[in-house]
Amino acid sequence: MANLKELSKCPERLTGGHRLCAGCGAGIVARQTLLAAGNTPVVVTSATGCLEVSTTIFPYSSWKDSFFHSAFENSAATCSGIEAAYKSLKKQGKITEDIRFIAFGGDGGTYDIGLQSLSGAVERGHRMLYICYNNEAYMNTGIQRSGATPRGAHTTTAPAGKSIHGKQQTRKDLTEIMVAHDIPYVAQAYVGNWNDYITKVQKALAVDGPSFINILTPCRLGWAYKPEDTMSLNRLAVETCIWPSYEVENGVYKINVMPKEKKPVTEFLKPQGRFSHLFKPGSEGIIEQIQKEVDAKWELLQKKVAMTAK
Amino acid sequence: MIKTVYSKGKLVAKTGNEVMAEAMRQIEPDVVAAYPITPATEIVQIFSQFVADGIVKSEYVAVESEHSAMSATIAAAAAGARAMTGTSAQGLALMWEMLYIAAGLRLPIVMAEVNRALSAPINIHGDQSDTMGARDSGWIQIYSENSQEAYDNMIQAVKIAEKAKLPAMVTTDGFIISHCMEVVETYPDEDVKKFVGEYKPERSLLDTKKPYTLGSIELQDYYFEHRWQLAEGMRNAKNIIAEVAKDFEKTFGRKYDMYEKYMMDDAEIAIVVIGSTAGTAKVVVKELREKGIKAGLLKIRVFRPFPFEMIAKDLANVKAIAVMDRADSCSGTYAPLYSDVVTALFAAGVMAPKVVNYVYGLGGREINTDHIAAVYDKLGKIASGAEKPFTGIEYINVRIK
Repeated sequence: MANLKELSKCPERLTGGHRLCAGCGAGIVARQTLLAAGNTPVVVTSATGCLEVSTTIFPYSSWKDSFFHSAFENSAATCSGIEAAYKSLKKQGKITEDIRFIAFGGDGGTYDIGLQSLSGAVERGHRMLYICYNNEAYMNTGIQRSGATPRGAHTTTAPAGKSIHGKQQTRKDLTEIMVAHDIPYVAQAYVGNWNDYITKVQKALAVDGPSFINILTPCRLGWAYKPEDTMSLNRLAVETCIWPSYEVENGVYKINVMPKEKKPVTEFLKPQGRFSHLFKPGSEGIIEQIQKEVDAKWELLQKKVAMTAK
Repeated sequence: MIKTVYSKGKLVAKTGNEVMAEAMRQIEPDVVAAYPITPATEIVQIFSQFVADGIVKSEYVAVESEHSAMSATIAAAAAGARAMTGTSAQGLALMWEMLYIAAGLRLPIVMAEVNRALSAPINIHGDQSDTMGARDSGWIQIYSENSQEAYDNMIQAVKIAEKAKLPAMVTTDGFIISHCMEVVETYPDEDVKKFVGEYKPERSLLDTKKPYTLGSIELQDYYFEHRWQLAEGMRNAKNIIAEVAKDFEKTFGRKYDMYEKYMMDDAEIAIVVIGSTAGTAKVVVKELREKGIKAGLLKIRVFRPFPFEMIAKDLANVKAIAVMDRADSCSGTYAPLYSDVVTALFAAGVMAPKVVNYVYGLGGREINTDHIAAVYDKLGKIASGAEKPFTGIEYINVRIK
């Protein structure tokens, strides 16, 4: 468990003045990640995306740690290259201190174009933490559909129209894809619970090997909600079990935030503009289908917890 | 027959790939990230054995694609490591995005590249269309005529890249050099290590006392300056390449220039060519010289940066020139080397030579002394005025309907 009093003493490593939108979840993710690292030096890599373009407009940078970006689909391969350099130079005695390596990517850069690079890097066993700040679409280019976009959501490339009502497919389960890599630590987290997330980052950084966190990160523009609602809205994703907060530590599943009562999915969908068409005539059945899928997944997750319990 | 030039040199029988791996062993980079591809696979295969046997201190990253190979190599270099990779053809094509980034970030990566035809149709044999496709990516390109040159070029490339702050690729012709066993003179490990020296990067992502951001977004206000600096860096690299060649000659005894002039002093007809075909052409030139024909050869070693001023001077007095490209451009005009040679001549005001373009050897198609003799024969007729120089590209040894 992270301790707020101790965290308050940790240095601020992402400076203000960056160009992320008001209410953007990505800045919160980055800030809390670095806070979790405490006083351990880190090197950060990032895929091309909102977080990268908004924090590194030359000649300025929001990052007090070393930060490196080269392209869109290769944040994991990039991080692995830096980790390899670190291992080599450490072996040769040219570096003595401990450094940790963190790769960021949005869902586009992780679920889609960067999946191969991520899969390869974790299979090779580099000691690095990959964080997918998942806002469920290509937000940087203007809200296009990704493999992370949930069923029914309106995006500019899977729009809600007269005959098609948003994305027709369910999202891929990247967290489980990463679990299937048999790496020491995989977690699903969400913006809106600093303690849960920071604890997960600390666990992930302590692992001697690859680790992965998929954090649901609201995008007020793409999700179409009021910027001040980022935290409260996202908590509904967990309370409806649309996005359970759980972790898989050496193959053992654990649900980290158990909802007091499982709320209907509409409580998460209703406040968001990207789902507004689902509540109008013509798109009947989609919400029911979403609810059914969420229920099945939630049940399966609980079974996995029971199955892997020690 | 190659003889030792260096007092402590040793003659060994090695293929082009083996000797490139040998150079890498001696250079002993901090990181190598690579992916297998014919005909370059052996280089990294041999190198990974060196790692497995604990002969080198290098970290070997067996990535899942060439895109990740170049990405990891770039990242390792940005982290302050001396980083190398190797590839060929489709591998280089998959790296395309990252090649430009390596150059744009001014990272001194060295790549062993084995020239192979690009798909489609898929073909594994030697031509230079792969690296010609990367000719404007901001990488220094050094081509080799044989295994000896490949070995020497690899050693020099490390110094060149680090001084110029530009990535550099050293190439050999697929199979013709990569898989051909030749006698090569290698130098003692300690002498090679001393020549390349220790890598001292200006900045490193791993320097936690001086953290920095690399790979920023630059808009209308800065991008242009940094791209200008890159182009200027390439122009300035000519002097660096010459300096390193001089150092190399002083240390190991072998002389290298941007290009090699073979019997060019009084040449009336000449071929300009890149890579292993130069070796074949030299045989023909010798035979022609014995017959009293003033034939010469200009073999490009460094294609990027292109030594256009020098070339224009050296070709000014040649009556007829054939530029032979082992890559087509599909541009509707001429092939890559021809375009650059003609630009060099025109820009220098050299209008006298008649210059024609041949494309040969695509996908490993044979090019032999007869083919080259026919080119010189044609040049003789053009030089004497018996025939007019042809326009467009002539294709050698290909069935055309």
